[in-house]
Amino acid sequence: MYGKRLRALSLTTFAALTLTLVLVFFWAPNDADQGFLQKIIYIHVPLAIITLCGFIFGAVAAIAHLRTRDPRWDMRSYVAIHISLVFGVGVLITGSIWAKGAWGHWWVWDEPTLVSFLLIMLLYATYQPLRFAIEDPERQARSASVFAITAGCFVPINFAIVRLSTAYVHPRLGSGSLPGRMGVVFALAIVAIALLWITLWRYEMTSKHAGAQLRALKRLLGGDEDDAAPLRRSAAPSVTHLGGVS
Amino acid sequence: MSAPPTRRVVSALLRKDLRVELRSFESMPAMALFSVTTFVLFHFGLQKDSLSGELASGVLWVTLLFAAVLGINRLFVADAEQGGFDGFLLSPADRNALLFAKALALLAYLVVLELVAVPAFALLLLGPPIGQALPGLLAVLALADIGVAVIGTLVGALAVRTRARDLLGPLLSLPMLVPVVLGAALATKPLFATPAGTLPLRWLAVLALYDLVFALIAFALFEFLLED
Repeated sequence: MYGKRLRALSLTTFAALTLTLVLVFFWAPNDADQGFLQKIIYIHVPLAIITLCGFIFGAVAAIAHLRTRDPRWDMRSYVAIHISLVFGVGVLITGSIWAKGAWGHWWVWDEPTLVSFLLIMLLYATYQPLRFAIEDPERQARSASVFAITAGCFVPINFAIVRLSTAYVHPRLGSGSLPGRMGVVFALAIVAIALLWITLWRYEMTSKHAGAQLRALKRLLGGDEDDAAPLRRSAAPSVTHLGGVS
Repeated sequence: MSAPPTRRVVSALLRKDLRVELRSFESMPAMALFSVTTFVLFHFGLQKDSLSGELASGVLWVTLLFAAVLGINRLFVADAEQGGFDGFLLSPADRNALLFAKALALLAYLVVLELVAVPAFALLLLGPPIGQALPGLLAVLALADIGVAVIGTLVGALAVRTRARDLLGPLLSLPMLVPVVLGAALATKPLFATPAGTLPLRWLAVLALYDLVFALIAFALFEFLLED
Protein backbone atom coordinates (compact mmCIF):
# COMPACT_ATOMS: atom_id res chain seq x y z
CA MET A 1 0.00 0.00 0.00
CA TYR A 2 3.02 2.22 0.39
CA GLY A 3 3.96 1.52 -3.23
CA LYS A 4 1.03 3.48 -4.64
CA ARG A 5 1.96 6.34 -6.97
CA LEU A 6 5.61 5.71 -6.20
CA ARG A 7 6.49 5.76 -9.90
CA ALA A 8 4.87 9.16 -10.43
CA LEU A 9 6.60 10.51 -7.33
CA SER A 10 9.97 9.19 -8.49
CA LEU A 11 9.58 10.77 -11.93
CA THR A 12 8.54 14.11 -10.41
CA THR A 13 11.56 14.04 -8.11
CA PHE A 14 13.88 13.22 -10.97
CA ALA A 15 12.43 16.04 -13.08
CA ALA A 16 12.62 18.54 -10.21
CA LEU A 17 16.24 17.67 -9.43
CA THR A 18 17.24 17.86 -13.09
CA LEU A 19 15.48 21.19 -13.56
CA THR A 20 17.09 22.57 -10.39
CA LEU A 21 20.58 21.56 -11.50
CA VAL A 22 20.06 22.98 -14.98
CA LEU A 23 18.87 26.28 -13.54
CA VAL A 24 21.67 26.35 -10.96
CA PHE A 25 24.37 25.97 -13.59
CA PHE A 26 22.92 27.83 -16.58
CA TRP A 27 20.42 30.38 -15.32
CA ALA A 28 21.29 31.55 -11.80
CA PRO A 29 23.92 34.31 -11.89
CA ASN A 30 27.35 33.82 -10.38
CA ASP A 31 27.83 35.39 -6.97
CA ALA A 32 29.67 38.72 -7.13
CA ASP A 33 31.86 37.79 -4.20
CA GLN A 34 32.45 34.04 -4.31
CA GLY A 35 31.79 33.41 -7.98
CA PHE A 36 31.01 29.89 -9.13
CA LEU A 37 31.75 28.35 -5.73
CA GLN A 38 28.68 29.98 -4.22
CA LYS A 39 26.43 27.69 -6.29
CA ILE A 40 27.01 24.93 -3.73
CA ILE A 41 24.43 26.65 -1.50
CA TYR A 42 21.72 25.34 -3.81
CA ILE A 43 22.61 21.84 -2.64
CA HIS A 44 24.16 22.35 0.79
CA VAL A 45 21.57 24.59 2.41
CA PRO A 46 18.44 22.74 1.19
CA LEU A 47 20.05 19.44 2.26
CA ALA A 48 20.66 20.87 5.74
CA ILE A 49 17.15 22.28 6.04
CA ILE A 50 15.51 19.04 4.88
CA THR A 51 17.75 16.94 7.15
CA LEU A 52 16.65 18.91 10.19
CA CYS A 53 13.01 18.81 9.08
CA GLY A 54 13.39 15.04 8.76
CA PHE A 55 14.69 14.77 12.32
CA ILE A 56 11.77 16.88 13.52
CA PHE A 57 9.35 14.67 11.57
CA GLY A 58 11.00 11.66 13.23
CA ALA A 59 10.27 13.22 16.61
CA VAL A 60 6.66 13.96 15.70
CA ALA A 61 6.16 10.39 14.46
CA ALA A 62 7.72 9.17 17.72
CA ILE A 63 5.22 11.24 19.72
CA ALA A 64 2.44 9.65 17.66
CA HIS A 65 3.95 6.23 18.39
CA LEU A 66 4.03 6.77 22.14
CA ARG A 67 0.46 8.08 22.08
CA THR A 68 -1.10 5.44 19.86
CA ARG A 69 1.28 2.49 20.43
CA ASP A 70 0.97 1.82 16.71
CA PRO A 71 4.20 0.20 15.48
CA ARG A 72 3.75 1.82 12.07
CA TRP A 73 4.53 5.20 13.61
CA ASP A 74 7.72 3.77 15.04
CA MET A 75 8.62 2.56 11.56
CA ARG A 76 7.93 6.02 10.09
CA SER A 77 10.11 7.62 12.75
CA TYR A 78 12.91 5.10 12.17
CA VAL A 79 12.90 5.54 8.39
CA ALA A 80 12.77 9.36 8.70
CA ILE A 81 15.82 9.41 10.99
CA HIS A 82 17.60 6.90 8.78
CA ILE A 83 17.14 8.99 5.61
CA SER A 84 18.00 12.20 7.46
CA LEU A 85 21.24 10.66 8.74
CA VAL A 86 22.25 9.87 5.17
CA PHE A 87 21.35 13.41 4.08
CA GLY A 88 23.23 14.78 7.09
CA VAL A 89 26.46 13.13 5.97
CA GLY A 90 25.92 14.90 2.64
CA VAL A 91 25.49 18.20 4.49
CA LEU A 92 28.76 17.76 6.38
CA ILE A 93 30.63 16.86 3.18
CA THR A 94 29.23 19.70 1.05
CA GLY A 95 29.72 22.10 3.97
CA SER A 96 33.35 21.08 4.30
CA ILE A 97 33.94 21.57 0.58
CA TRP A 98 32.38 25.01 0.72
CA ALA A 99 34.39 25.95 3.84
CA LYS A 100 37.60 24.87 2.13
CA GLY A 101 36.76 26.96 -0.92
CA ALA A 102 35.47 30.05 0.86
CA TRP A 103 37.56 30.19 4.04
CA GLY A 104 40.50 27.96 3.17
CA HIS A 105 39.89 25.30 5.83
CA TRP A 106 37.97 22.03 5.75
CA TRP A 107 36.63 22.69 9.20
CA VAL A 108 35.99 25.98 10.98
CA TRP A 109 35.27 25.90 14.70
CA ASP A 110 34.09 29.48 15.21
CA GLU A 111 31.17 28.66 13.00
CA PRO A 112 28.07 27.89 15.06
CA THR A 113 25.96 26.40 12.29
CA LEU A 114 28.65 23.88 11.37
CA VAL A 115 29.38 22.96 14.98
CA SER A 116 25.72 22.58 15.96
CA PHE A 117 25.12 20.40 12.95
CA LEU A 118 28.05 18.17 13.90
CA LEU A 119 26.70 17.83 17.45
CA ILE A 120 23.29 16.86 16.15
CA MET A 121 24.84 14.27 13.85
CA LEU A 122 26.91 12.86 16.74
CA LEU A 123 23.76 12.52 18.81
CA TYR A 124 21.68 10.92 16.06
CA ALA A 125 24.52 8.57 15.19
CA THR A 126 23.68 6.75 18.44
CA TYR A 127 20.08 6.12 17.37
CA GLN A 128 20.83 2.90 15.54
CA PRO A 129 23.28 1.50 18.11
CA LEU A 130 20.60 2.16 20.74
CA ARG A 131 17.95 0.21 18.80
CA PHE A 132 20.45 -2.50 18.03
CA ALA A 133 21.21 -3.04 21.70
CA ILE A 134 17.61 -3.69 22.80
CA GLU A 135 16.20 -7.11 21.96
CA ASP A 136 12.58 -6.86 22.98
CA PRO A 137 10.86 -5.25 19.96
CA GLU A 138 8.31 -3.27 21.91
CA ARG A 139 10.78 -1.88 24.40
CA GLN A 140 13.13 -1.15 21.52
CA ALA A 141 10.41 0.86 19.82
CA ARG A 142 9.51 2.75 22.99
CA SER A 143 13.11 3.57 23.87
CA ALA A 144 13.80 4.65 20.30
CA SER A 145 10.77 6.94 20.41
CA VAL A 146 11.88 8.50 23.70
CA PHE A 147 15.27 9.09 22.13
CA ALA A 148 13.79 10.50 18.92
CA ILE A 149 11.66 13.01 20.85
CA THR A 150 14.51 14.08 23.14
CA ALA A 151 16.89 14.47 20.22
CA GLY A 152 14.22 16.29 18.21
CA CYS A 153 13.90 18.86 21.01
CA PHE A 154 17.69 19.06 21.21
CA VAL A 155 17.93 20.18 17.57
CA PRO A 156 16.57 23.75 17.90
CA ILE A 157 17.89 24.34 21.44
CA ASN A 158 21.38 23.26 20.45
CA PHE A 159 21.34 25.60 17.46
CA ALA A 160 20.31 28.51 19.66
CA ILE A 161 22.95 27.88 22.33
CA VAL A 162 25.91 27.24 20.03
CA ARG A 163 24.85 30.28 18.03
CA LEU A 164 24.95 32.45 21.14
CA SER A 165 28.48 31.34 21.96
CA THR A 166 30.29 32.55 18.87
CA ALA A 167 30.52 35.50 16.60
CA TYR A 168 29.03 34.27 13.40
CA VAL A 169 30.60 34.23 9.99
CA HIS A 170 28.22 31.76 8.40
CA PRO A 171 26.39 33.36 5.50
CA ARG A 172 22.79 33.69 6.61
CA LEU A 173 19.94 33.33 4.18
CA GLY A 174 17.47 35.82 5.53
CA SER A 175 14.58 37.06 3.50
CA GLY A 176 15.78 39.21 0.66
CA SER A 177 19.41 38.12 0.94
CA LEU A 178 19.11 36.17 -2.30
CA PRO A 179 18.11 38.57 -5.07
CA GLY A 180 15.88 37.71 -8.05
CA ARG A 181 16.87 34.59 -9.90
CA MET A 182 18.94 33.25 -7.03
CA GLY A 183 15.90 33.27 -4.78
CA VAL A 184 13.78 31.45 -7.34
CA VAL A 185 16.39 28.75 -7.91
CA PHE A 186 16.97 28.38 -4.17
CA ALA A 187 13.25 27.87 -3.50
CA LEU A 188 13.12 25.31 -6.29
CA ALA A 189 16.16 23.53 -4.84
CA ILE A 190 14.43 23.20 -1.48
CA VAL A 191 11.37 21.69 -3.16
CA ALA A 192 13.53 19.27 -5.18
CA ILE A 193 15.53 18.09 -2.16
CA ALA A 194 12.34 17.75 -0.12
CA LEU A 195 10.88 15.61 -2.91
CA LEU A 196 14.02 13.50 -2.91
CA TRP A 197 13.72 12.97 0.84
CA ILE A 198 10.04 12.04 0.56
CA THR A 199 10.72 9.65 -2.33
CA LEU A 200 13.51 7.86 -0.48
CA TRP A 201 11.36 7.70 2.64
CA ARG A 202 8.51 6.18 0.67
CA TYR A 203 10.82 3.65 -0.98
CA GLU A 204 12.18 2.46 2.34
CA MET A 205 8.71 2.32 3.89
CA THR A 206 7.50 0.30 0.91
CA SER A 207 10.42 -2.07 1.18
CA LYS A 208 9.91 -2.63 4.91
CA HIS A 209 6.22 -3.17 4.39
CA ALA A 210 6.74 -5.62 1.53
CA GLY A 211 9.24 -7.52 3.69
CA ALA A 212 6.70 -7.77 6.48
CA GLN A 213 4.01 -9.00 4.10
CA LEU A 214 6.35 -11.57 2.60
CA ARG A 215 7.22 -12.90 6.02
CA ALA A 216 3.57 -13.08 7.02
CA LEU A 217 2.73 -14.99 3.84
CA LYS A 218 5.53 -17.45 4.44
CA ARG A 219 4.20 -18.06 7.91
CA LEU A 220 0.70 -18.63 6.52
CA LEU A 221 2.09 -21.19 4.10
CA GLY A 222 3.48 -23.10 7.04
CA GLY A 223 7.11 -22.38 6.48
CA ASP A 224 9.13 -23.07 9.59
CA GLU A 225 10.06 -20.28 11.94
CA ASP A 226 13.66 -20.07 10.75
CA ASP A 227 12.48 -19.03 7.33
CA ALA A 228 10.17 -16.43 8.74
CA ALA A 229 12.78 -14.81 10.94
CA PRO A 230 14.95 -12.05 9.52
CA LEU A 231 18.21 -13.35 8.09
CA ARG A 232 20.42 -11.16 10.20
CA ARG A 233 19.92 -8.83 13.13
CA SER A 234 19.21 -5.27 12.26
CA ALA A 235 18.56 -1.99 14.00
CA ALA A 236 15.33 -1.58 12.07
CA PRO A 237 12.03 -2.04 13.88
CA SER A 238 11.02 -5.67 13.71
CA VAL A 239 8.44 -5.78 10.99
CA THR A 240 6.77 -9.04 11.95
CA HIS A 241 4.19 -7.18 14.00
CA LEU A 242 3.43 -4.49 11.45
CA GLY A 243 0.00 -5.88 10.66
CA GLY A 244 0.85 -8.74 8.32
CA VAL A 245 -1.03 -9.22 5.09
CA SER A 246 -3.41 -6.40 4.42
CA MET B 1 -5.04 0.56 46.96
CA SER B 2 -4.62 4.30 46.66
CA ALA B 3 -1.34 5.72 45.44
CA PRO B 4 0.94 7.01 48.20
CA PRO B 5 1.84 10.72 48.00
CA THR B 6 4.66 11.27 45.52
CA ARG B 7 6.75 13.22 48.00
CA ARG B 8 6.93 10.26 50.36
CA VAL B 9 7.78 7.86 47.54
CA VAL B 10 10.55 10.16 46.33
CA SER B 11 12.04 10.46 49.79
CA ALA B 12 11.87 6.69 50.35
CA LEU B 13 13.54 5.99 47.00
CA LEU B 14 16.17 8.63 47.59
CA ARG B 15 16.98 7.29 51.06
CA LYS B 16 17.22 3.79 49.59
CA ASP B 17 19.64 4.95 46.90
CA LEU B 18 21.83 6.92 49.26
CA ARG B 19 21.90 4.06 51.75
CA VAL B 20 22.92 1.58 49.05
CA GLU B 21 25.62 4.00 47.93
CA LEU B 22 26.89 4.56 51.48
CA ARG B 23 27.10 0.81 52.05
CA SER B 24 28.62 -0.18 48.74
CA PHE B 25 30.55 2.98 47.79
CA GLU B 26 30.06 2.12 44.16
CA SER B 27 29.86 5.52 42.43
CA MET B 28 30.99 8.46 44.53
CA PRO B 29 34.56 7.44 45.39
CA ALA B 30 35.19 6.35 41.81
CA MET B 31 33.90 9.67 40.45
CA ALA B 32 36.02 11.71 42.88
CA LEU B 33 39.16 9.67 42.27
CA PHE B 34 38.60 9.82 38.52
CA SER B 35 38.44 13.63 38.62
CA VAL B 36 41.72 13.94 40.53
CA THR B 37 43.43 11.47 38.18
CA THR B 38 42.16 13.43 35.19
CA PHE B 39 43.60 16.67 36.59
CA VAL B 40 46.96 14.92 36.87
CA LEU B 41 46.56 13.68 33.29
CA PHE B 42 45.85 17.23 32.12
CA HIS B 43 48.96 18.45 33.91
CA PHE B 44 51.11 15.99 31.98
CA GLY B 45 49.14 16.19 28.75
CA LEU B 46 49.28 19.97 28.61
CA GLN B 47 52.72 20.23 30.25
CA LYS B 48 51.49 23.12 32.38
CA ASP B 49 51.82 23.72 36.11
CA SER B 50 49.00 26.19 36.42
CA LEU B 51 46.05 27.16 34.29
CA SER B 52 43.90 30.25 34.11
CA GLY B 53 41.10 31.75 32.05
CA GLU B 54 39.48 29.65 29.37
CA LEU B 55 41.94 26.78 29.65
CA ALA B 56 41.27 26.40 33.38
CA SER B 57 37.55 26.63 32.78
CA GLY B 58 37.61 24.02 30.02
CA VAL B 59 39.75 21.54 31.96
CA LEU B 60 37.50 21.81 35.01
CA TRP B 61 34.26 21.30 33.10
CA VAL B 62 35.42 18.50 30.83
CA THR B 63 36.78 16.66 33.87
CA LEU B 64 33.56 17.13 35.83
CA LEU B 65 31.55 15.97 32.84
CA PHE B 66 33.54 12.78 32.37
CA ALA B 67 33.39 12.03 36.08
CA ALA B 68 29.63 12.61 35.97
CA VAL B 69 29.30 10.12 33.11
CA LEU B 70 30.71 7.43 35.43
CA GLY B 71 27.87 8.14 37.84
CA ILE B 72 25.28 8.24 35.07
CA ASN B 73 26.39 4.82 33.88
CA ARG B 74 25.96 3.27 37.32
CA LEU B 75 22.78 5.11 38.29
CA PHE B 76 20.22 2.46 37.38
CA VAL B 77 22.40 -0.65 37.22
CA ALA B 78 21.45 -1.99 40.65
CA ASP B 79 17.74 -1.47 39.92
CA ALA B 80 17.98 -3.25 36.58
CA GLU B 81 20.01 -6.18 37.84
CA GLN B 82 18.54 -6.76 41.28
CA GLY B 83 14.86 -6.24 40.64
CA GLY B 84 14.52 -2.64 41.81
CA PHE B 85 12.54 -1.74 38.72
CA ASP B 86 10.15 -4.66 39.18
CA GLY B 87 9.55 -3.79 42.81
CA PHE B 88 8.88 -0.18 41.94
CA LEU B 89 6.56 -1.07 39.07
CA LEU B 90 4.53 -3.41 41.31
CA SER B 91 3.82 -0.56 43.69
CA PRO B 92 1.02 1.89 42.85
CA ALA B 93 3.46 4.82 43.12
CA ASP B 94 3.64 7.59 40.54
CA ARG B 95 6.21 6.61 37.90
CA ASN B 96 7.83 10.02 37.92
CA ALA B 97 8.75 9.58 41.58
CA LEU B 98 11.62 7.42 40.34
CA LEU B 99 12.75 10.20 38.01
CA PHE B 100 12.82 12.75 40.85
CA ALA B 101 14.52 10.38 43.27
CA LYS B 102 17.21 9.33 40.79
CA ALA B 103 17.86 12.89 39.67
CA LEU B 104 18.25 13.96 43.30
CA ALA B 105 20.55 11.00 43.99
CA LEU B 106 22.70 11.89 40.98
CA LEU B 107 22.70 15.51 42.13
CA ALA B 108 24.00 14.36 45.53
CA TYR B 109 26.77 12.34 43.86
CA LEU B 110 27.72 15.38 41.81
CA VAL B 111 27.90 17.61 44.89
CA VAL B 112 30.17 15.10 46.62
CA LEU B 113 32.27 14.84 43.46
CA GLU B 114 32.69 18.61 43.36
CA LEU B 115 33.52 18.81 47.06
CA VAL B 116 36.61 16.79 46.12
CA ALA B 117 37.23 17.93 42.56
CA VAL B 118 37.03 21.72 42.99
CA PRO B 119 39.51 21.93 45.90
CA ALA B 120 41.77 19.45 44.09
CA PHE B 121 41.58 21.59 40.97
CA ALA B 122 42.39 24.75 42.94
CA LEU B 123 45.31 23.00 44.58
CA LEU B 124 46.78 21.19 41.59
CA LEU B 125 46.10 23.28 38.50
CA LEU B 126 44.39 26.62 39.04
CA GLY B 127 46.72 29.63 38.82
CA PRO B 128 44.65 32.47 40.30
CA PRO B 129 43.34 31.96 43.86
CA ILE B 130 39.99 30.16 44.01
CA GLY B 131 38.57 32.61 46.57
CA GLN B 132 37.76 35.32 44.05
CA ALA B 133 35.90 32.88 41.79
CA LEU B 134 34.06 30.90 44.44
CA PRO B 135 30.67 32.69 44.72
CA GLY B 136 30.18 32.77 40.95
CA LEU B 137 31.54 29.25 40.55
CA LEU B 138 29.03 27.90 43.07
CA ALA B 139 26.14 29.39 41.11
CA VAL B 140 27.39 27.90 37.84
CA LEU B 141 28.05 24.54 39.50
CA ALA B 142 24.49 24.44 40.87
CA LEU B 143 22.90 25.15 37.49
CA ALA B 144 25.20 22.79 35.58
CA ASP B 145 24.61 20.01 38.14
CA ILE B 146 20.86 20.25 37.72
CA GLY B 147 21.25 19.93 33.96
CA VAL B 148 23.62 16.95 34.25
CA ALA B 149 21.32 15.29 36.80
CA VAL B 150 18.21 15.65 34.65
CA ILE B 151 19.80 14.57 31.37
CA GLY B 152 21.83 11.88 33.11
CA THR B 153 18.74 10.35 34.68
CA LEU B 154 16.86 10.26 31.38
CA VAL B 155 19.83 8.83 29.48
CA GLY B 156 20.71 6.42 32.27
CA ALA B 157 17.19 4.98 32.20
CA LEU B 158 17.37 4.78 28.41
CA ALA B 159 20.71 3.00 28.33
CA VAL B 160 20.49 0.69 31.32
CA ARG B 161 18.36 -2.03 29.80
CA THR B 162 20.36 -2.35 26.62
CA ARG B 163 23.04 -4.90 25.93
CA ALA B 164 25.80 -2.30 25.55
CA ARG B 165 24.85 0.05 28.37
CA ASP B 166 28.42 0.99 29.30
CA LEU B 167 28.99 2.17 25.75
CA LEU B 168 25.61 3.73 25.09
CA GLY B 169 25.47 5.77 28.29
CA PRO B 170 28.42 8.04 27.39
CA LEU B 171 27.59 8.06 23.67
CA LEU B 172 24.06 9.28 24.36
CA SER B 173 24.82 11.67 27.18
CA LEU B 174 27.94 13.45 25.94
CA PRO B 175 26.41 15.21 22.89
CA MET B 176 23.39 16.23 24.95
CA LEU B 177 25.64 17.63 27.67
CA VAL B 178 27.79 19.67 25.30
CA PRO B 179 25.55 22.75 25.70
CA VAL B 180 25.91 22.44 29.51
CA VAL B 181 29.69 22.30 29.27
CA LEU B 182 29.71 25.12 26.75
CA GLY B 183 27.52 27.38 28.89
CA ALA B 184 29.33 26.52 32.13
CA ALA B 185 32.80 26.91 30.62
CA LEU B 186 31.94 30.29 29.13
CA ALA B 187 30.37 31.39 32.43
CA THR B 188 33.42 30.52 34.54
CA LYS B 189 36.04 31.67 32.03
CA PRO B 190 36.19 35.28 33.33
CA LEU B 191 36.17 34.04 36.95
CA PHE B 192 39.45 32.19 36.44
CA ALA B 193 41.13 35.06 34.61
CA THR B 194 43.64 37.44 36.15
CA PRO B 195 42.32 39.97 37.01
CA ALA B 196 38.99 38.26 37.57
CA GLY B 197 36.12 39.41 35.38
CA THR B 198 32.48 39.44 36.27
CA LEU B 199 30.20 36.44 35.97
CA PRO B 200 28.35 36.63 32.65
CA LEU B 201 24.72 36.40 33.70
CA ARG B 202 23.62 35.60 30.18
CA TRP B 203 25.17 32.15 30.45
CA LEU B 204 23.54 31.50 33.79
CA ALA B 205 20.21 32.25 32.15
CA VAL B 206 21.02 29.92 29.24
CA LEU B 207 21.96 27.11 31.65
CA ALA B 208 18.79 27.65 33.67
CA LEU B 209 16.68 27.54 30.54
CA TYR B 210 18.41 24.39 29.31
CA ASP B 211 17.79 22.73 32.70
CA LEU B 212 14.15 23.69 32.58
CA VAL B 213 13.55 22.42 29.05
CA PHE B 214 15.18 19.06 29.68
CA ALA B 215 13.43 18.70 33.03
CA LEU B 216 10.12 19.06 31.18
CA ILE B 217 11.20 16.59 28.47
CA ALA B 218 12.31 14.05 31.08
CA PHE B 219 9.09 14.55 33.02
CA ALA B 220 7.03 13.90 29.89
CA LEU B 221 8.96 10.88 28.64
CA PHE B 222 10.37 9.03 31.65
CA GLU B 223 7.36 6.82 32.31
CA PHE B 224 7.59 5.29 28.83
CA LEU B 225 10.99 3.87 29.72
CA LEU B 226 9.62 1.97 32.69
CA GLU B 227 6.85 0.00 31.01
CA ASP B 228 7.30 -3.65 30.34
